[in-house]
Amino acid sequence: MLTYFRNLGLGLITVLNSMGVAWRHLFTPSVTLQYPTMKWTMPERSRSRLFNKIEDCIGCGQCARVCPTNCITVQTEKRAKDEPEVFAADGTVKKLRTIVFDIDMTLCCYCALCTFPCPTHCLGMTGEYEYSVYDKNDHLYHFAKDKPMAANAREEHVTEKA
Amino acid sequence: MESIARLLQLIPKYNALPGIVRALLPMLVSCILVFALLALAVLFLVWMERKVSAHIQDRLGPMYVGGWHGWAQTLADALKLLLKEDIVPESIDTLLYKMAPFIVFLGAFAAFVVVPFGAASFVTDLNIGILYIVAVGSLSVIGIIMAGWASNNKYSLYGGMRAAAQIISYEIPSAIAIMTVIIPVGSLSMVDIVNAQKGGIQHWFLFRNPFIFLAFVIYFIASLAEVNRTPFDIPEAESELVAGYHTEYSGMRFAFFFLAEYANMLLVASVATTLFLGGWTQAIPASIAPQLIPGPILFFLKVLVLVFIQMWLRWSLPRLRVDQLMYLSWKVLLPISLVLVLGVGWLTVYW
Repeated sequence: MLTYFRNLGLGLITVLNSMGVAWRHLFTPSVTLQYPTMKWTMPERSRSRLFNKIEDCIGCGQCARVCPTNCITVQTEKRAKDEPEVFAADGTVKKLRTIVFDIDMTLCCYCALCTFPCPTHCLGMTGEYEYSVYDKNDHLYHFAKDKPMAANAREEHVTEKA
Repeated sequence: MESIARLLQLIPKYNALPGIVRALLPMLVSCILVFALLALAVLFLVWMERKVSAHIQDRLGPMYVGGWHGWAQTLADALKLLLKEDIVPESIDTLLYKMAPFIVFLGAFAAFVVVPFGAASFVTDLNIGILYIVAVGSLSVIGIIMAGWASNNKYSLYGGMRAAAQIISYEIPSAIAIMTVIIPVGSLSMVDIVNAQKGGIQHWFLFRNPFIFLAFVIYFIASLAEVNRTPFDIPEAESELVAGYHTEYSGMRFAFFFLAEYANMLLVASVATTLFLGGWTQAIPASIAPQLIPGPILFFLKVLVLVFIQMWLRWSLPRLRVDQLMYLSWKVLLPISLVLVLGVGWLTVYW
């Protein structure tokens, strides 16, 4: 009989205890982040979409060589000797003209290995993570700005590659 | 219903209508009114449940639909359920399967007929009001067993059987707890019970004597079990029985089960309010302070407080095992409520 009442009291106390816990949590501020209107500030070294500052790119192609998924395509051609010299931001001479610098983000595995060998630190990962698209081809980013010297030169190059 | 009959007199040539129309029209109008109010209240309660549960779990709950804190979320959900495909499984008992949701809802809805929302706003004043509520309220068991049986699904059948065992066991302590109120009032009519509690908070049965206070606690616990709320939700225990007796239901039929569940919550809360919290009567008597809140709104506020406690309990307690459930009903609530009835009888006779 005594244990009956003791169990009854214990049950009542534990119920009230748990209700107290629930009551406290009713008024603690919620942890939800209202995503599309509010966003996390991404960490400084977060690895998301790749970006190449093409003005500093010397077209060495080390990033393309190191990429484990082959998502970077670089095609270059030599500048003519009589052209004026072009420099990257850190003073390196740009001896090559970068005709094609494509990054296929559908292939990228976000390892960031390509950013380490870059001699002019022009290739890097950004914190930008909202870049889903309706067409898969929109994930192929073209960075190159230089036009090939002669129109036929580029065509030769492409056919050679294919 | 009398007030609605009086309102209908305003219709031109109302008295020229045939007698049967004049007899049925007030009933029909008041039933539609109660149904509409019930549906609105259920929409609100579902939203409130989601909000309360979210905030207890440190979340926000619905925030977008409708603008302010997702107030239109349940409206959108109801619309979605209306538009959904009504899947009827192949090997079912068709008649029972199709009838079950409506019977479950009928049990909850029909009981609201005798609940007095205000001094003059009730559909009818039966002289056996509370007995009628106890009887009609347990009609939903039949619907639940029908749903469980007709679905031809082991989980549904388990859910239905558990619901039957649970609701019938808990009917007894809840009815006996109701008796503690009927003894001092001397009437089964809901209106008489409210009238006996007029004149301020100290006249409410909850605070009038200690036995009835304990009876209120017992009624509250038993009513939680009767409406299959956590911690007594073994008939629809998600982790064991998928969704219990309404596993096979979809679309509008599922919505009816949902509606019935929340209507039942409202019903037990309004019965508890009427019996123990003075129904629509004011907490402060008119001689002390002006009565600013109208009766029906006050009634709804009291009901809302009780419903909030139901939700609060739901999100703070785990589910009981079947044997624990039976232990609580037969070995704890029943003996205590019997002792309380004796105590109230003693107080009523010798005080």
